[in-house]
Amino acid sequence: MTFFLQLVVTGFALGMVYSLVSIGFVIILKCSNAFNIAQGHFVLIGGYLGYTFLVPFGLPIWTSLLLAIGVAIILGLLIERLTLRPLVGQPELAVIMVTIGLASVLEGLATLIWGGEYKTYHGVLPTVALKLGEISVPSEPLIGLIVSVIVVAVLMLFFRYTKIGLAMRATAEDLQVVRSVGIRATTVYAISWVIACVVGVIGGILLGGVSGVMIPLAEVGLKAFAVVLLGGVNSIGGAIVAGIILGVLENVAAGYLDPLLPRGGLANVFPFIVMIIVLIFKPHGLFGLVRIERI
Amino acid sequence: MGLCFGTFQEKYSQDMAIFRTRLQWGMLFAFIIFLLACPLFFSDRILTIMTMIGIAIISVHGLNILTGYCGQISIGHVGFMAVGAYISAILTAKLGWSFWTALPCAALAAGMAGLIFGLPSLKIKGFYLIMATVAAHFIIIWLILQIYDVTGGPDGLPVPKPKIGSIVLKSKGSYFYLVTAIACLSTLLTKNIVRTRAGRAFVAIRDNDLAAEVMGISLWSYKLQAFFIGCVYAGVAGALLVHYYAFASVDQFPFMDSVWYLGMLIVGGMGSNVGAIFGAISLKLLDELVTIVGPILSGAVAAPAAASLALITRGLVIIIFLIFEPRGLAHRWGMIKAYFKLWPFSHEE
Repeated sequence: MTFFLQLVVTGFALGMVYSLVSIGFVIILKCSNAFNIAQGHFVLIGGYLGYTFLVPFGLPIWTSLLLAIGVAIILGLLIERLTLRPLVGQPELAVIMVTIGLASVLEGLATLIWGGEYKTYHGVLPTVALKLGEISVPSEPLIGLIVSVIVVAVLMLFFRYTKIGLAMRATAEDLQVVRSVGIRATTVYAISWVIACVVGVIGGILLGGVSGVMIPLAEVGLKAFAVVLLGGVNSIGGAIVAGIILGVLENVAAGYLDPLLPRGGLANVFPFIVMIIVLIFKPHGLFGLVRIERI
Repeated sequence: MGLCFGTFQEKYSQDMAIFRTRLQWGMLFAFIIFLLACPLFFSDRILTIMTMIGIAIISVHGLNILTGYCGQISIGHVGFMAVGAYISAILTAKLGWSFWTALPCAALAAGMAGLIFGLPSLKIKGFYLIMATVAAHFIIIWLILQIYDVTGGPDGLPVPKPKIGSIVLKSKGSYFYLVTAIACLSTLLTKNIVRTRAGRAFVAIRDNDLAAEVMGISLWSYKLQAFFIGCVYAGVAGALLVHYYAFASVDQFPFMDSVWYLGMLIVGGMGSNVGAIFGAISLKLLDELVTIVGPILSGAVAAPAAASLALITRGLVIIIFLIFEPRGLAHRWGMIKAYFKLWPFSHEE
């Protein structure tokens, strides 16, 4: 029982980071109808940025976080302006493919700048020890959980109370109406990419603290897609719930089934198995809108 | 389109002919003679590149039928190549079958895998389908690693080279002939598949699936047919790849390669046979260029510059083509041909 609860708790914390990464994806999708394949690569860049500011520069964690967010904002603006803006109005496939190209460029840049090596900053993050009865919560996932909760709360407030947040929600509802009341759609698109970039980078710093940074960290993005599909692609709440579900399921399944399988590694494919099942039986996810098509 | 003025189509067979004029037949024969003569002139390194281009062309043709003609985007193409590769490898290495019986079985097995993972396409499309095919890739690779008694898992599996009678195709030149022959056949086959009833149904589904269904096209049947055909090509390409290296390993089927196959399709032009060939050739040559330029630059920048340079250039090429030439090289090629057809009296449109 302790083993099970331990798995659940660790999975919960990990799942919260997945949710965080997925939210970036959902925001872009809602605001500009673009599927961002490069979300995982924002995480990768985030991990390396975290490493750069924490270890070679030796900055304290909060300064590093703020600096990384600053870089993420610039990156998001650049990406939107240079690659996505020229494609407004193009078919869905073109936008998906451009983000795939973007993913490749980001991965190449990460390899070029940081050498594609394994970097870790395990002991650098502050340690928070927490014991719930017999279960000990490891420090890094706990920090991940706390930061994720804060970021999600900030985003919720942003979408509820700020003018641009409201404009973004309105754009998600109806582009025509938004334009007619004088909101610039391009600004909304730019902000949505900035937010996606920022949450990706924060997720990267957190995950980098848990498991170190390396090029395969970008595959977290693929897990985020499973989360997004499970939650329903256009639901932020869905992304949070599904992230936690997937994190817990993945950890529990890997904990119990891996010893039974000769080669293990179930945690890596588990999200994809969930993804296929969701796609076959409930293509719109748990909380997604069922889109009705007309000719 | 593309024919000189004064060429009149008087019979249906003339209208349908792929090679219509003497010039086209002449060019075909010149091209075949060029291909046959290649091993005489070129070094092993160039032959290797050309063999790889041939394999890529076969694979991209399959993806073109699936994505370019039927509109079902797949980023799991390499996964299906791996299925074909491993089936062929197991049949020849473990059961001692000949390459020529193993190849059709590999193609069929890859097609079957395509059918299974194509099932979600009946309910979903666009991004959802992309994700289903991504999942297909990872599940296939994981399964291959799981059954390591048969596949060798991460250690890989040595595979015999194909034989004709008692001649083993072990020189670069002989394997080049094999791949080129299959690549030419697959080009002819694709060209003909897309102008059958099924091919026209694929195009209708791509352009508007609801309208196609209303016209009486069975989405269920044709989408699965597209998956089957596309993955059969992938299976053949995968089998050729492992027999070339005489070794099968999952490292030969990285996820990013699926993305590059799609990239080749975009650079070449979707839904065009010439485009698939152009795309495969140009991206493979770009890779070669990068492997030549990379080490020169690596003095100036960090050590793994070649790898990162390849990623950056390929990504940039995809982005630039999408922004500036979304219809690909095939479209540009058509425009050049039209220009010279009218030259010197071309007019501005």
